[in-house]
Amino acid sequence: MACETWSEKLDLYLDGELSQSDAPALSAHLRTCGDCASRVLEKLQLKRSIATAGKQYEASPEFRKKITNSIGKESRSPQAGWLWKLLVVPAVLVVILSLGVQFFVRRENARRMLVYSELADLHVAALASANPVDVISSDRHTVKPWFQGKIPFSFNLPELQGTDFTLVGGRLAYLGQTPGAQLIYQLRKHEISVFIFQDRGGEAAALPSGTTRALSFTEENWIENGLHYFVIGDVGGADIEALSKLLRGAG
Amino acid sequence: MEVPQPRLPDTTFEALSLPLLDQLYNFAHWLTQDRAEAEDLVQETYAKALRGFSSFQLGTNFRAWMFRILRNSFLSSKSGLKVTVSIEEEELAPDAARENSTPESLLLEQANRETVRAALAQLPVHLREILLLCEVEEMSYQEIAQALSIPIGTVMSRLFRARQALRGQLTEKSIGARHGV
Repeated sequence: MACETWSEKLDLYLDGELSQSDAPALSAHLRTCGDCASRVLEKLQLKRSIATAGKQYEASPEFRKKITNSIGKESRSPQAGWLWKLLVVPAVLVVILSLGVQFFVRRENARRMLVYSELADLHVAALASANPVDVISSDRHTVKPWFQGKIPFSFNLPELQGTDFTLVGGRLAYLGQTPGAQLIYQLRKHEISVFIFQDRGGEAAALPSGTTRALSFTEENWIENGLHYFVIGDVGGADIEALSKLLRGAG
Repeated sequence: MEVPQPRLPDTTFEALSLPLLDQLYNFAHWLTQDRAEAEDLVQETYAKALRGFSSFQLGTNFRAWMFRILRNSFLSSKSGLKVTVSIEEEELAPDAARENSTPESLLLEQANRETVRAALAQLPVHLREILLLCEVEEMSYQEIAQALSIPIGTVMSRLFRARQALRGQLTEKSIGARHGV
């Protein structure tokens, strides 16, 4: 009885198409039924001899070459070339654009560092000088008028009473062939320079507003009423910020 | 709604199709029984497949697709048109396990490679091709169904007939050989 049901499924079994639920059951049956087992063996032999006999013909090397060439030629047809460009052109553009942006960013960074270094130089040079300031006074009402006629603009200085800052004095400074004011403040034996230049979109403007910290100097700058203020010194960011706030309040 | 299929780069076609060359050629030669015709058939298949490659959908069976193109090209060829007539006749219900009573082991003792090859060659094309796809190409019923554009039920019944017919051929040869000695 069992053999009759299974005999129809022997081909499926050998072709690997018998369902997963049936396959183990048939395997079990084959172990106990010699009849079915020998039929499976015969069928398997037939399958194998067909497989062997069926692998009869091979493409000749010349024909293989011909097919390979014909595919290659078609693949490199104008249409394919156009598609190729469709992918490559945007990729190249992206690369060029990113290089351009990178170059621009680097140049901006370089300019920024240049202005920053120049201000740091001015600051250090003033402190190292035998006469750090041209006008020695802790009185803002003395310092401010001293600049009149020496620089083409006027500015206000903050009241320092109740703060730790003291005004040491002022001197003329040049940045990018433009005259400006350099005020030197003191805070716990540290000197801080405040530079004020006209904002003319030149070199000074290359330095974006905000705080920069490099070469152990902290710098903050902003533009107010057409004047570009730079505060630089070897103190922490909080102190620079405090002085900047006082200056802004005075402006 | 139409969902655009991802287009495959042309190099993929080369990479997918070239490893199939020997298989396709073998199949074509078995169908046409002639080298020159088989080469033409394979070449036509590659040309058609390359042109239609954009319509080939990723995730479907590439091998079955190629065999299907080859077979359709064959059926519309001169030698293919001669064989199509007989296909319709056999699509009847498979008549159950009316197997040949001759033990296959006896047949196969004498059935060396050449005998089986000759028996295969004498089978009608539609029986020959399904045996080749199943035994030589080791395709699943699903793949065969795709390659031959027939339902899986027909794959099973036709395979059954093909094996039966081959056994018949081998029996004839075996008896012939015995009588001949």
